[in-house]
Amino acid sequence: MVKIIEKESLNPTVTKMVVEHEKISKKAKAGQFIILRVDENGERIPLTIADTDEMKHTVTIIFQIVGSTTKKLNELNVGDTIYDFVGPLGKPSEIEGLKKVCVIGGGVGCAIAYPTAKALHKNGCEVTTIAGFRNKNLVILEDDFQQVSDRFIMMSDDGSVGEKGLVTDALRKLLEKETFDEVIAIGPLIMMKFVCQLTKEFNVKTVVSMNPIMIDGTGMCGGCRLSVGGKMKFACVDGPDFDGHEVDFDEAMVRNMSYRDFEHHAYEKTCNLLNQEVK
Amino acid sequence: MPNMNPERVKMPVQEGEVRSHNIEEVALGYTKEMAMEEAERCLNCKHMPCMQGCPVSIHIPAFIEQVKEGNFEEAYHIIKKTSSLPAVCGRVCPQENQCEKYCVRGIKGESVGIGRIERFVADWARDNLKEEALKPLKNGHKVAIVGAGPSGLTCAGDLAKLGYDVTVFEALHVAGGVLVYGIPEFRLPKKIVQHEIDSLKQMGVHIECDCVIGRSETIDELFEEGYEAIFVGSGAGLPNFMGIEGENLKGVFSANEYLTRFNLMKAYEENSDTPIYKAKKCIVVGGGNVAMDAARSARRLGADVTIVYRRSMEELPARKEEVEHAMEEAIHFHLLTNPVKATGTDGWISSLECVEMELGEADASGRRRPVVKENSAFSLECDCLIMAIGTSPNPLIRSTTEGLETNPKGCLIVDEKAMTTREGIFAGGDAVSGAATVIQAMGAGKKAAQSIHEYLTEKSK
Repeated sequence: MVKIIEKESLNPTVTKMVVEHEKISKKAKAGQFIILRVDENGERIPLTIADTDEMKHTVTIIFQIVGSTTKKLNELNVGDTIYDFVGPLGKPSEIEGLKKVCVIGGGVGCAIAYPTAKALHKNGCEVTTIAGFRNKNLVILEDDFQQVSDRFIMMSDDGSVGEKGLVTDALRKLLEKETFDEVIAIGPLIMMKFVCQLTKEFNVKTVVSMNPIMIDGTGMCGGCRLSVGGKMKFACVDGPDFDGHEVDFDEAMVRNMSYRDFEHHAYEKTCNLLNQEVK
Repeated sequence: MPNMNPERVKMPVQEGEVRSHNIEEVALGYTKEMAMEEAERCLNCKHMPCMQGCPVSIHIPAFIEQVKEGNFEEAYHIIKKTSSLPAVCGRVCPQENQCEKYCVRGIKGESVGIGRIERFVADWARDNLKEEALKPLKNGHKVAIVGAGPSGLTCAGDLAKLGYDVTVFEALHVAGGVLVYGIPEFRLPKKIVQHEIDSLKQMGVHIECDCVIGRSETIDELFEEGYEAIFVGSGAGLPNFMGIEGENLKGVFSANEYLTRFNLMKAYEENSDTPIYKAKKCIVVGGGNVAMDAARSARRLGADVTIVYRRSMEELPARKEEVEHAMEEAIHFHLLTNPVKATGTDGWISSLECVEMELGEADASGRRRPVVKENSAFSLECDCLIMAIGTSPNPLIRSTTEGLETNPKGCLIVDEKAMTTREGIFAGGDAVSGAATVIQAMGAGKKAAQSIHEYLTEKSK
């Protein structure tokens, strides 16, 4: 059980929570994730660690309210506890030796991109961040990114904030003029797929962070398997970071939809349950 | 006069048709009278042949002798001396290949139902005895156990009895390992596992869940924290796939994933948040106990289930009883069949292409090697495919601990004292042997506990 110390709504669908967990706060590195269960009958869901504070013994998670579990999680408040919280899991991002990197975050993926940008910045790497959102109301972590980025480019689908366009539009402009040791792209699968197509054109190494369906997060279930370079990999133990030019995104997109009907049903059920409680 | 009936007392079970629609335990257990009647079949042989078949050396004739007399409490204490999980062993041990295999009654009839009597005794004790909260005197030495499965729990129990301060670290949110994520409720009710774990806790064993050794903490950090010896019982958790086309289609699961959803996450319950796919036509590939468990779980969720196995009924590695139970539950067997490709519609599996096999020469394992029959390709329709073709050891510990050597399969190498290639680190169970049985893992945990005791006694001299 871990205690919630802080809760902040970053936008209408994205929430930040800071919890107390001394061991994870000391151990976690950028790119790693935790698995949590909200209550006794809860499912296990993976969430990337957005930040840690070794001194305060805290771990930050940022999540989008997409299903019944994240909805239940969002019902918890400061002082409440999360039933299970285990980590850090997965391999940390490899950032050593990188001098100039472009970090790309798409939507709530920015929550995962931020700790990587922060770690790179701390390592003395020149960081260019491209953050993309659908519109102004969905922007998260703008100030945080500014602090760890040498250049910060904001994009939005409708032009309500930053430049109008996709993150790939901004990236293409950059790549036409300069190059990077590496591009790190984290966001929706479709975004990562197109970033990788672009960087392949310019021959720039690209790392993506995969977030497939998982149960245990320790290599046991194989539910998170992906095709990387034609080989089967488990995101939880071999990743979550992979060479983006090797990942079969189309397969990953199909696999992520495995439980869509069930999830929709469960979400509706949770909504109904909560509505009843309100009455 | 012993009971000379060549047949053992029948085990009452739920009818196949009834139980394939519920998750209640299949075998209902002996009554007091049945247990005593079956115990009477034991000849109390002086040379105790049955004991050589027991990996944890239970004093079998001695406990059965007590059952004959109706002294169930004494029988329980005799079992408990050497086995820390009797209610579990009585249910899931492959007794026909162990104790019962050596029973002299088996020569001219059926061997004594040792497992069934053991199960009765353990269940009787759970209902009738108050677990003595006898905490052994602590000797001041700390031992860490990695993994709360059968080997780790057995090792923990034995060390606690010797006075060690034992902490078990478990990666999942509950203790039990394969007993809770793998073996289904209908074969091993989880409340029984919980009872056995509670009794370890009462003995003073600490269990820390949600702690993945190798990630949350490393083995070396455990030594720094003052643990003087470490037992690694992290199991063989990584599921194998065949490497055939279409294995990443939706609707294709490892048996581990399917069973974890079914058992650990209780996805069959209405109020569980974890989804599970309720198949119409399900194919399970493999012939071991795990394949039977997966098939029977899918059956209980309403599927029409077929087991596909590349050898014949004779080579089927699952326990005979499990195979019989599966058949009674209307599970089909497509033997001498091997999958070659899965095909899908809109990303979801729709059929499995297979070839027929025939048995050739015996291979290294002594089993006849299956060979593909020419021009025998055919396909089976399905909307769910479960791969139950074995598991490999989890690489987490070996990849985060310096100096731990493994064999080419990734199994930890240990000496005759169960010590790994690093001093003070012991290992046992599937992490060493590769996928095996619960009781073999328990035997390994038991042996390691003894070795750890000798090692620490020697060290503190």
